[in-house]
Amino acid sequence: MDLKEKLVSSFLALENKVDIDSYVHDVRTDAIKIFEDQGFPSKKEEAWKYTSLNSILKEDYSVFPKQENALEFKDIKKYFIHDIDTYKIVFIDGKYASHLSQTTHDGIDVCLMSAALSKPKYQLVIKNYFNKAAEKDSLTSLNTAFSCEGAYIHIPKNKIVEKPIQILHFSTGNESATMLQPRNLVVVGENAHVQIIERHQSLTENPVLTNSVTEIFASKRAIVDFYKIQNDNENATLIDHTFVKQSRESFASVHTFSFGGKLIRNNLNFYQEGERIDSTLKGITIIGNKQHVDHNTLVHHIEPNCESHQDYKGIFDGKSTGVFNGKVLVNKEAQKTNAFQANNNILISDKASINTKPQLEIFADDVKCSHGCTIGQLDESAMFYMQARGIPEKEAKALLMFAFSNNVLSSVKIPELKQRITKIIASKLGVNIGFDL
Amino acid sequence: MLKINNLHASIEDKSILKGINLEVKAGEVHAIMGPNGSGKSTLASVIAGKEEYEVTDGNIIFEGEDIEELAAEERAHKGVFLSFQYPVEIPGVSVTNFMKTAINETRKAKGLEDMPAKDMLKMIREKSELLEIDRKFLSRSLNEGFSGGEKKRNEIFQMAMLEPKLAILDETDSGLDIDALRIVANGVNKLKSKDNAVVVITHYQRLLDYIVPDYVHVLYNGRIVKSGGKELAHELEEKGYDWIKEEVNA
Repeated sequence: MDLKEKLVSSFLALENKVDIDSYVHDVRTDAIKIFEDQGFPSKKEEAWKYTSLNSILKEDYSVFPKQENALEFKDIKKYFIHDIDTYKIVFIDGKYASHLSQTTHDGIDVCLMSAALSKPKYQLVIKNYFNKAAEKDSLTSLNTAFSCEGAYIHIPKNKIVEKPIQILHFSTGNESATMLQPRNLVVVGENAHVQIIERHQSLTENPVLTNSVTEIFASKRAIVDFYKIQNDNENATLIDHTFVKQSRESFASVHTFSFGGKLIRNNLNFYQEGERIDSTLKGITIIGNKQHVDHNTLVHHIEPNCESHQDYKGIFDGKSTGVFNGKVLVNKEAQKTNAFQANNNILISDKASINTKPQLEIFADDVKCSHGCTIGQLDESAMFYMQARGIPEKEAKALLMFAFSNNVLSSVKIPELKQRITKIIASKLGVNIGFDL
Repeated sequence: MLKINNLHASIEDKSILKGINLEVKAGEVHAIMGPNGSGKSTLASVIAGKEEYEVTDGNIIFEGEDIEELAAEERAHKGVFLSFQYPVEIPGVSVTNFMKTAINETRKAKGLEDMPAKDMLKMIREKSELLEIDRKFLSRSLNEGFSGGEKKRNEIFQMAMLEPKLAILDETDSGLDIDALRIVANGVNKLKSKDNAVVVITHYQRLLDYIVPDYVHVLYNGRIVKSGGKELAHELEEKGYDWIKEEVNA
């Protein structure tokens, strides 16, 4: 039985565990039909031209993994931003781990999707927002069909959440191969602010396939900053779908730090449904060996006077491959749009490669849209300059790479997170940088 | 300190240096002059260890050791400093952080601990005053958006921080107005001692009014064709390089 058949038949098993007389289950039922019709995407589809899932789909994944014996905080502390106070929503093999979490209902809801889907008091929010930003493509639909657990974050009007919220997904390798489908919903009210850090981490050599969906709604004048740390081991695959719907005058940013994993595909879509919206999409990718990272972005400018800023940096070593496919869609009504897109790449090795493709579809006539992509090597003259000042080759290379990615790093608003990412980069490059950039 | 014997160097099979002989002793200032394309900057780069150049014959002895096989950073650790004609912009790395890294890497190579932050700050303060550099300037990205004069002053500031034994100043005067020239020359003169040496590479004599050389060499077509005292620089300023070319070609 191939994975598609296994998933479709597993849906029946899911129905024994969930309330099938619910709004959400109707959504699930529609979604499984879409997946059943379309199946997994292949390289024949334009959006998947450079990313093949074939070898990944061959594994015999357990769709409902067994619950792991409790992990202790001290063993996994390093995956948390632990030097500041944060809310934490932690999952182990797809199940909620209350002993590692710190949730709240005090003025804001930072809790579980399973609770939100089943308890009556959340029904209105669920009806208004669940699956309302998500696309209806096959993989998103697959997640929708199996959506039971994940993070549920609801920040009411005028609430400024002081502590960042961390969402962590661990997999322990309890099963020989594990498939996880977390589903997150983030609803941020008018004038409310929130910062969220998300990480998927496999603690095993066994294959893990995560097909994750996050929907984010930013109401009028809300500020939402979302950070994705993707530094998993080389048996873990992540397909991430993040959909951000913004109302007028809101600011939303998603930073994606892709440093490790077998294959990472990030589908990141922004929809600007109001005027004077600012959307920021930034990413740093540093990979080697045979790793593959694919960023597929969409910014849909629907209303006038909005801005979007995309800045993706990639450094590719070994036989690694990268993809950047950035689409900016400007509706006819979206006059005075200011859309900026940059994708800069450095290939360290002769065997690494990157496919970069900006796509601009502009139907308005009074807009400023710019895009640029570069692919280069490390600047030899800069290397010699630094070496001539006594900085060894490896450190000089690392400094240049930090300098290269600095634009993205510098916009991280949580200092401890920025420091952590700097450290991850330094350790990837095998250097000690004696200062913070 | 520096002894160059019959140095031949080429880049992409094009021969640039065709038998250079030069000896620089501690406490001396040498000027290397010459028309454009004579090989001045190549000589500076080859001494500093730029890999694109291939040494095809001869050798470079620094402090009694043949340094030809050493990487650029190893030469820097031994006390060779090159002030670049075109300093490279490194966005995202501040002047201060760059200097900290350079100094601590040099200390590491010598088996020393990192310089304590307090000492580093004190040194930065002293040396930036010497070059009349505003403290705010030090937190800017290295060379990014610096004017020509700021770049050159920053080069000499780095030289002051690194305290090299041998400083090679490659066209440090180009792009400087007279005030900046005076500040730079003043900095170099204050750093000069009986234990270190300076090689000034320049097209014009004007810098040599401020940094007075003990010896002047004329480089032409990859060879040193004439050497003399500081009066030779004046002669070149007056008469240009044509008479040298004629002498050589005769």
